Amino acid sequence: MSLLHPGLILLLGGLLLGALPTRGRTAVILVLPLASLAALWALPEGVLWHGEFLGVAVAPLVVDKLSRLFATIFAIMAFGGGLFALRQQSRLEVPAAYIYAGSAISVVLAGDLATVFVFWELMAIGSTLVIWSAGNEAAWRASRRYFSIHLLGGVLLFAGVTGHLVQTGDLLFTRIALDSPAQWLILAGFLLNAGAPPLSAWLPDAYPEASWSGMVFLSAFTTKTAVYVLLRGFPGTELLIWVGLFMAMYGIIYALLENDMRRILAYSIVNQVGFMIVGIGIGTEMALNGAAAHAFTHILYKALLLMSAGAVLYQTGKRKCTDLGGLFRTMPLTCICGIVGALAISSFPLTSGFISKSMISEAAAHEHLAVVWYLLAAGSAGVFLHAGIKFPWFVFFQRDSGLRPSDPPWSMRIAMILLAAACIGLGVLYEPLYALLPYAVDYQPYTAPHVLTYLQLLLFSGLAFFVMLNFLRRTLTISLDVDWFYRVPAQTFVRGFEQLLASVRAQFGAALSAVGRRTNRVLDHWIGAEGELARTMSTGRMAFWLVVMLAGYLVTAYW
Amino acid sequence: MQKPIDREPHWLTRPATIRKLWWGFGMVLALTVIAQFAIPIEGHFGLDRLFGFNAWYGFIACAAFILVAKAIGFLLKRPDTYYESRVEDEA
Repeated sequence: MSLLHPGLILLLGGLLLGALPTRGRTAVILVLPLASLAALWALPEGVLWHGEFLGVAVAPLVVDKLSRLFATIFAIMAFGGGLFALRQQSRLEVPAAYIYAGSAISVVLAGDLATVFVFWELMAIGSTLVIWSAGNEAAWRASRRYFSIHLLGGVLLFAGVTGHLVQTGDLLFTRIALDSPAQWLILAGFLLNAGAPPLSAWLPDAYPEASWSGMVFLSAFTTKTAVYVLLRGFPGTELLIWVGLFMAMYGIIYALLENDMRRILAYSIVNQVGFMIVGIGIGTEMALNGAAAHAFTHILYKALLLMSAGAVLYQTGKRKCTDLGGLFRTMPLTCICGIVGALAISSFPLTSGFISKSMISEAAAHEHLAVVWYLLAAGSAGVFLHAGIKFPWFVFFQRDSGLRPSDPPWSMRIAMILLAAACIGLGVLYEPLYALLPYAVDYQPYTAPHVLTYLQLLLFSGLAFFVMLNFLRRTLTISLDVDWFYRVPAQTFVRGFEQLLASVRAQFGAALSAVGRRTNRVLDHWIGAEGELARTMSTGRMAFWLVVMLAGYLVTAYW
Repeated sequence: MQKPIDREPHWLTRPATIRKLWWGFGMVLALTVIAQFAIPIEGHFGLDRLFGFNAWYGFIACAAFILVAKAIGFLLKRPDTYYESRVEDEA
């Protein structure tokens, strides 16, 4: 039985990191994820830890191709994020992020639903702490909304897992058939973390409030862990195709309306996870490979995009497109890395997105899902529109904002360069990634017609962007989303209810004290200091009444 | 915040450069469509077998996204202080 659990290395290391003085941290921050990665690759495939919990078999450490793929990219991402965050002043953020990342790795290495649930909740705590560490009022408020939604997700998942246990008698995490409400609850809990409708809004609401480095961590783990559990639990569930397509479209539309550069990228996380969920819904080997590969490449290019945005935020303190523009002059490296990330997310040939996303569309074509294929093609065009051009254009070009910040410090530059190299490297040398995918790959991304297809689709999307630039002019606005319901009407309802309660309490109190006063008056009348029964009586009056009583006695005695 | 210090506009922002970029972009666009004569793209279904499908479909899809976003924005856009101002009201 192997003793080293890659997830726990990072998780416990994160806890220790919090106690370390600032000086000794750098080395530990860089070594922990690498140690986790090394431990992961030292593990053979199979059930490595197993035991019993409350009389049910559990397996907290199980390795197969799919779990190794996700744990690998999570460890790599923890390293990249840690490197980028070396200048982070908050002593809380990186330790919290490592607890978060370690929990995510532990979820993907879990062989049973009880272990999944435990680390699922630890992820919610870790990520909430990452948002907190931004240390301002907006982040605090956003983190409370974020945590509430994730607690709801946890409750759904727990109810589902419990029901599943009662029905099937075991907790092993394999393919789950949607037989009863219990399994639907598990699916709902998973989908909530993926950013699926109706509760997608938690993601663009909370993530952009994290610090310049915090959002890099946040973009990677929660949604992709959800993709992993859906891949393992619900492959081929047709509903997921439509959920995924909705997410892809939703992400594009909202990102087009958005002014905050990091919220644009947050909406595009929902959009990209949508593509993965479509792949899971299609459920063929090629589609599942595509979804897994896309999760892998997405983590890298989205982190790169958020590092580029984080560098701009770090150097200028600004997040809104209306405040930015023209930064290519003095931030060339950040600009180039941002463009590489933007090309990769758009699936340009020679970037990582091309070799992963195109597998999902191809799988749709193989299954003759015409509507799905057409919508995926439109979605691919829309990705270039909302993230591929919009982000770099409004941040680095557009107009001269007058800002002349330099590129960020070296630790941040190196992190961006490494990820940019990975995005291009995976786009060119894709075989090593294909070899890691859960199923054997029979797919060749670089055929002349395929490359030409994507070039036409993407370049003409670019044309649409510039031709319709007037429609895309940035305004100081946000777009209402489902979170409006719990931020406005629900709040108004609770506040109204509080007022009602207060007024009922006040009126009841008033009534009660009126009754009290009357009772008092009556009592006072009889037994108060001057009351009929309690006041001091004069001797004369007592003698008089005694005579009356004796007289009465006499009369009755002789009657 | 620092003020701009450059004496003349960056070469990338000069109108002449932008004109050249547009020409270059136009030629690349045309090339990608013309290339289809040499590299036939086999469609999977019906519409996508039409010539230059990906070019016009990409353009139309994006135009549609922009227009739909505009329409939805008309209903759902609010000043970006919308939630903050509510917080202040409460305070």
